[in-house]
Amino acid sequence: MKPRVVKDFTYPRTKEELPFGPGSQAGVLVEVNSGWRTFKPVLDHEKCINCLRCWLLCPDGVISKENGQLEFDFDYCKGCGICAYECPKKAIVMVKEGAE
Amino acid sequence: MVSVKNLPDKELFYGHKACQGCGAAIVARLAMKILGERTCVALPASCISSVTTIYPQMSFFVNNMTSSFPATGAVLSGMAAAVKAQGLKEVNVLGLAGDGGTIDIGIQALSGAIERGDDFLYICYDNEAYMNTGIQRSGLTPYGAWTTTTPTNNNDIGEKKFKKNLFEILIAHRIPYAATANVAYPNDLLKKLEKAKGIRGPKVLHILAPCPTGWGYKTEETIEIGRLAVQTGLWYLAEYENNEVTLNYRPKDFKPVKEYLAKQKRFRHLKDADFQVIEEHRDEEWKILERHLRKDEE
Repeated sequence: MKPRVVKDFTYPRTKEELPFGPGSQAGVLVEVNSGWRTFKPVLDHEKCINCLRCWLLCPDGVISKENGQLEFDFDYCKGCGICAYECPKKAIVMVKEGAE
Repeated sequence: MVSVKNLPDKELFYGHKACQGCGAAIVARLAMKILGERTCVALPASCISSVTTIYPQMSFFVNNMTSSFPATGAVLSGMAAAVKAQGLKEVNVLGLAGDGGTIDIGIQALSGAIERGDDFLYICYDNEAYMNTGIQRSGLTPYGAWTTTTPTNNNDIGEKKFKKNLFEILIAHRIPYAATANVAYPNDLLKKLEKAKGIRGPKVLHILAPCPTGWGYKTEETIEIGRLAVQTGLWYLAEYENNEVTLNYRPKDFKPVKEYLAKQKRFRHLKDADFQVIEEHRDEEWKILERHLRKDEE
């Protein structure tokens, strides 16, 4: 399940708006990591046997399994390619961004 | 029994800024999958701390605190005491430190916390150098590795010391539970996390987390590198419990260490004689491990 990105976050403008002390709310995401990616994973659902190895080994946890079939969250995928490399059925291929 | 199919969907470690293919991020993510929402996390200065707590982007979805570099064990003791004082039930206290923060800078605090017997889980993710500050050697950097503080110009070998053995340091504490694991064996890792969750008292996991940036290999090979570390015998999967050591996986024959080392840029200056030295040291380490093993395993 992908966490929600806080879209309307505004940075503190005055001293009073700053968080008190060196702490702030946990679990706040304000920006995406998709700009890191050169190659993106493309999953062939026909070949996928739902072994969940990619889901388990993704460092960013961007593969979701709750809808019955695997889906990528391309806001946070960094395109490392571990999922494609580890897939036992080679159902995932890495495609260069903007190649289609 | 934990299995991949019934792990929770909810991500409690998400949107972080770790490098592509980061092994430590896999460790943190799987640990949070097992421990769940009722967890307090202590992070010393480390990769995981600096990639998750960049204001306002906070990638841990549970309470977490960045402590000073040497204090992880002490902070865990404090958290465990607070949990006890408030009468909270089923709360996990997790410390997530790198290899330098554990074996060099944080060893005193960790040793003290284990001695006090507080209820916490300490994970040392081992990427074999201070990666966060730019690849300086640590006590867990292996023999022959290049780092910025062990340069390899003028035919120098790089790091001249072998890895300290954290697992045996933990055995010497007679700790309730200690284990070594590897991101390339996720089922074994999940099993150990699950087991550690169910044990009261101090628990420490030492997990090999390959680092594409510092070790110099392609980002997709993180798991492959971790697997080769076990197959070549340079890393073992073992656990210590009830004064007994169990080996979880025994490779039939060790692969030549060259297969593992030659894949990484930090070892590219090594020659066949150096591989020989590393293999001899590996065999010595295994001999020491065999002495710890239960008799019926032999």
